[in-house]
Amino acid sequence: MTTKFTPDHEYIRVEGSTGIVGITPYAQEQLGDIVFVELPAVGKVLKKGEEAAVVESVKAASEIYAPVSGTVTEVNPALSAEPGRVNADPENTGWMFKLAIADASELDALLDADGYADLTL
Amino acid sequence: MAEASAEDLKQTPLYERHVTAGGRIVPFGGYALPVQYPSGIMAEHRWTREQAGLFDVSHMGPSFLTLTHPSGDATADHAAISAIIEPLICGDIAGLKPGQIRYSLLLNDKGGTLDDLMVARSPIAAGGLYVVVNAGTKEADFAHIEAAAGDRARLQRADSNYALLALQGPEAVNVMAALIPAAADLGFMTYGVYDWGHDKVFVSRSGYTGEDGFEFLVNAHEAVALWDELISDPRVKPIGLGARDSLRLEAGLPLYGHDLDETISPIEADLGFAVSKRRREAADFPGAERILAERDGKLSRKRVGLLVEGAPAREGAEILDASGAVIGVVTSGGFAPSLGKAIALGFVPPDQTATGTKLQVSVRGRAQPAEVVPTPFVPHRYFRKSI
Repeated sequence: MTTKFTPDHEYIRVEGSTGIVGITPYAQEQLGDIVFVELPAVGKVLKKGEEAAVVESVKAASEIYAPVSGTVTEVNPALSAEPGRVNADPENTGWMFKLAIADASELDALLDADGYADLTL
Repeated sequence: MAEASAEDLKQTPLYERHVTAGGRIVPFGGYALPVQYPSGIMAEHRWTREQAGLFDVSHMGPSFLTLTHPSGDATADHAAISAIIEPLICGDIAGLKPGQIRYSLLLNDKGGTLDDLMVARSPIAAGGLYVVVNAGTKEADFAHIEAAAGDRARLQRADSNYALLALQGPEAVNVMAALIPAAADLGFMTYGVYDWGHDKVFVSRSGYTGEDGFEFLVNAHEAVALWDELISDPRVKPIGLGARDSLRLEAGLPLYGHDLDETISPIEADLGFAVSKRRREAADFPGAERILAERDGKLSRKRVGLLVEGAPAREGAEILDASGAVIGVVTSGGFAPSLGKAIALGFVPPDQTATGTKLQVSVRGRAQPAEVVPTPFVPHRYFRKSI
């Protein structure tokens, strides 16, 4: 199991051919209190870098992009009632959606944990 | 508003305090100010509604307008200074009692709004007015007032040698009772001048949150001491601009440059109360013809409050009627922490303004239900007193 990161502060945790996508602790800290999360439809086919979800803080809306291409297989049902999970536990219960990864080689271009840590110093 | 580069930004006398408290500093109206502190907008918003929030609003434009040659007769001098400012605004200033504050609108000849402002009659100086305008418009406002005053009156800016603080929330009065007991007796929309520290401080019972509270105009060199003393009270926490915006939105208060601009009249903005009766009857303010016709129903748009289902509808979102036709636009919108729902202010045709009217807002290309509701969204809790 590996986790990769985008410069836009999404993570993708790879479990076999599935990727679990959310935002990093750094990103949730920057966004502040999240009050609404708009998730993609299950079955939606996303291209790498395409807008996949939107998180709304009190002040502003921010787009979440697909880290790699794939098909949405599941979204986190808890976030409609408890969007604050993205703040409280972004890497676990605050995950956003799962992707059936279309092309695993796209993962190679993403940042590893050290590379992402350097970015957010 | 264009964002100035970091080195162009002005700092208020409290800048170091914001940085020390962990404030996230952003450019706002040409100033470097905290949008939030580490506890976050939601917690700051709730703290202000439940306890007392302290805001640095030194970016705003406080000023004093005084007669160049006062006669010394308080009544005559107040009439003379009122006659200078009244032709620019729609409020009755001549009728103010000493220490009384009036919310008014600076208008252009077409009845559009150049700014919204506070005008108060000095409780101490004959022929003196205390005038507070918005940050983004202050240069133009001050020039406009000075041009009208000519050599009859002098406008003394108080936006660089003073700091302006706001203490807002249900506990504000109890904090004030310990700090300046006499000021705790002020009624809503009045002000007084008090001794504090080594100097005078101007305290008004007013604010921009819908809560009871006070605003302090304090000399720049005393500002940090006043901030520190207020913040040492466990009921008081510093609040950033983010919560200031969500609080004023819940209170249904317009924000200049968003819900008010040079094309929007007081009637369109649902601020008809700010067109004072005497001025209305005399029809002697800029744009009176348009504004009085609008008051009689010749209106093309009006500001309403909307309760939005789902994602917040932000400024610029289209408002649709039940059939899906575009009928207006959101001018301020966001999440209301007190309600746990999205709310918005926007303009729609007058036949769509009745409470309960079912409308829609377009967010990211999708129509979401929205309902017209009365404003304020959260009841005001002002401390009104007869004067």
